[in-house]
Amino acid sequence: MKRSILGRVPVVAQLRQSVGVQRFMLSTGVIITGIYVLVAIFAPLIAPYSYGQLKGPGGNFGSQQAPSAAHLWGTTVGGYDVLSRTIFGARTALVAIVIAIILSLFIGVLLGLFSGYFGGPVDRVLVVICDAIYAFPTLLLAIVISIAISGGSSSFWSGVFSAAFSITVVYIPQYFRVVRAEVVRIKVESFVESARMIGAGDLRIIFRHVLRNSIRTLPLIITLNATDAFETLAGLGFLGFGIEPSSAAEWGYDLQKALSDVTSGIWWTALFPGLAIVLLALGISLMGESLNDLADPRLRRRGAAAEVTEADAQEVLA
Amino acid sequence: MTTSPETVPSPLAPAPAQPSGAALRSGGGLLRYIVVRFLLIFPTIFILVTVVFFLMRSTGDPITAAQGGRLPPAELAKRIHEAGYDRPLILQYFSYLGQIAHGDFGTTFSDHQKVTTVLLTYGGATLELAFYALIVAFIVGIPLGMLAAYLRDRWGDAVLRVLSILFYATPVFFSGLLLQLTFSIGLGWLPVAGRADTTTELEMQTLQHPTGIYIIDAFRTGDPDAVPDVLKHAVLPGIALGLLTAGVFLRLVRTNVIGTFNTQYIDAARSRGVREYRLVTRHAYKPALIPIITVIGLQIAMLLGGAVLTETTFEWKGLGFELNQYLEARDFVAVQGIVALLAVIVAVVNFIVDIIAALIDPRVRY
Repeated sequence: MKRSILGRVPVVAQLRQSVGVQRFMLSTGVIITGIYVLVAIFAPLIAPYSYGQLKGPGGNFGSQQAPSAAHLWGTTVGGYDVLSRTIFGARTALVAIVIAIILSLFIGVLLGLFSGYFGGPVDRVLVVICDAIYAFPTLLLAIVISIAISGGSSSFWSGVFSAAFSITVVYIPQYFRVVRAEVVRIKVESFVESARMIGAGDLRIIFRHVLRNSIRTLPLIITLNATDAFETLAGLGFLGFGIEPSSAAEWGYDLQKALSDVTSGIWWTALFPGLAIVLLALGISLMGESLNDLADPRLRRRGAAAEVTEADAQEVLA
Repeated sequence: MTTSPETVPSPLAPAPAQPSGAALRSGGGLLRYIVVRFLLIFPTIFILVTVVFFLMRSTGDPITAAQGGRLPPAELAKRIHEAGYDRPLILQYFSYLGQIAHGDFGTTFSDHQKVTTVLLTYGGATLELAFYALIVAFIVGIPLGMLAAYLRDRWGDAVLRVLSILFYATPVFFSGLLLQLTFSIGLGWLPVAGRADTTTELEMQTLQHPTGIYIIDAFRTGDPDAVPDVLKHAVLPGIALGLLTAGVFLRLVRTNVIGTFNTQYIDAARSRGVREYRLVTRHAYKPALIPIITVIGLQIAMLLGGAVLTETTFEWKGLGFELNQYLEARDFVAVQGIVALLAVIVAVVNFIVDIIAALIDPRVRY
């Protein structure tokens, strides 16, 4: 059967493959993530106010106002509109995600390809370095990197880059390990051997033959990478390394400010930015887990075969 | 962040940190494995300490960071000179390595305490919190994971898997805030923050050689109210941090139980007429638990990262809370010291976990 071009786009292909519960989980993930992307792009059109706005036509918004018609989700202790800041927060999060993924994917995959293909002492040293960094708590590394980048106080870009860089440092080993393992396995296969026979150079073999076959498992890591990127940003924000509210809206910063509201029973300042984090993480993770299951033959169940086993299971139960 | 779901193991992801190198691949006995794995601790610590040192110092010296602007320039320069921060960076680096080799992680700038003393004073609290979190993770994660495997590919399974994602993807400071809002503010059942009431803490201060682990100290006071008080304070932080790991366990147990389901001995048991429920609870779960041991090692890193956030949320005065205090004081000597010390702890714990995994599962050794 000939596959259409659409069928080769990663997520679309898997959507077609999947059935039942799995399809539901995958499509839910795709929809949630898609909504966030749209909200981030069109934030100025959707949000009633700007992220740094303190006054409306009727004067100052006021601090810690309960949800009302003017402020559907209330206002924060600093006097910002919670709804608007939550919406604009999607922008900051997505920028951090995109930068983190591009950097770590690019560096990690390249290192894995060359290290695995050429081997030698450099390869061995890289493996030890990657193992060392892999086991280290992400947030601690993020704190240190944030201090290095901005001395701890943040404008929009230094805040986003602190999170993105620290995630990059932590994720390079992940891509590196996976790609390297695949390359080591693939480079001795006969199709690589025959490419070499007909005179293909190392670079050509790496990029034309090895690369394609060694990136099958990357979608799962990319989704984990994405979740970690914006959650690290939020974690840094929560620890006071946040982006100033006048530079951008960031959910973790808002949650830190909401910490003291909780004791007086003010729930709206914490609930909405928090839910925004959870829902985005849920969307991306649903995508990642479903893609992973579809790629794992042990966990995959499809069409007719699944029906039969299901029936068997019922029989055994009965 | 933090709640690093990167530690979520998956059958396709590479096996958790395993030592490599020709010596290991060629096989050899358990002793050989232990020796090689032990030697690998040192490059790990060296790499992490180096990374932390150069990152921390790339912005300048810690004295300017803490005091800059508040001291006259001459006084500032004098202090920097006295502390040796005007030497070439590479010299400072080697003397720092020398210090660490002697177990000296520096002295905090703001309150002149040895970093090792900070660890001894507050480490107990973090250890206690991590212990409660692991209990929660086991109680919640393993049975639910088995249930999900039992219900696999049905709607109950989907619900449990979404639950698992929610557990590990919810930042601990948000779940902490929700728990506080619900159980402390709303229902008034549990204290909002802290590790114990003031009366209990005063009682514990009269103890000789307090351990810093409140549950032990509470027993030693002999006050019948002390233990329930300490436990009451531990419930919410324990749950907030524990659910993170519970989500990981749930997912892992499910995947592995389903994996063992396809093996022949399960087929054999099934054909003998063993019920599906019994297959899950008796036959399939034991081999599924082995990977959990390795994952606990990775969870230690996650728990330490999560502890900073949990301790800040609940004002749980442990190492993470202290780290945050030093961050606010811009005491970067302390931050560098604590982070470097944690690197050592993570490396040693991972070593121990790898050895335990090797003892349980011979396949790891080769």
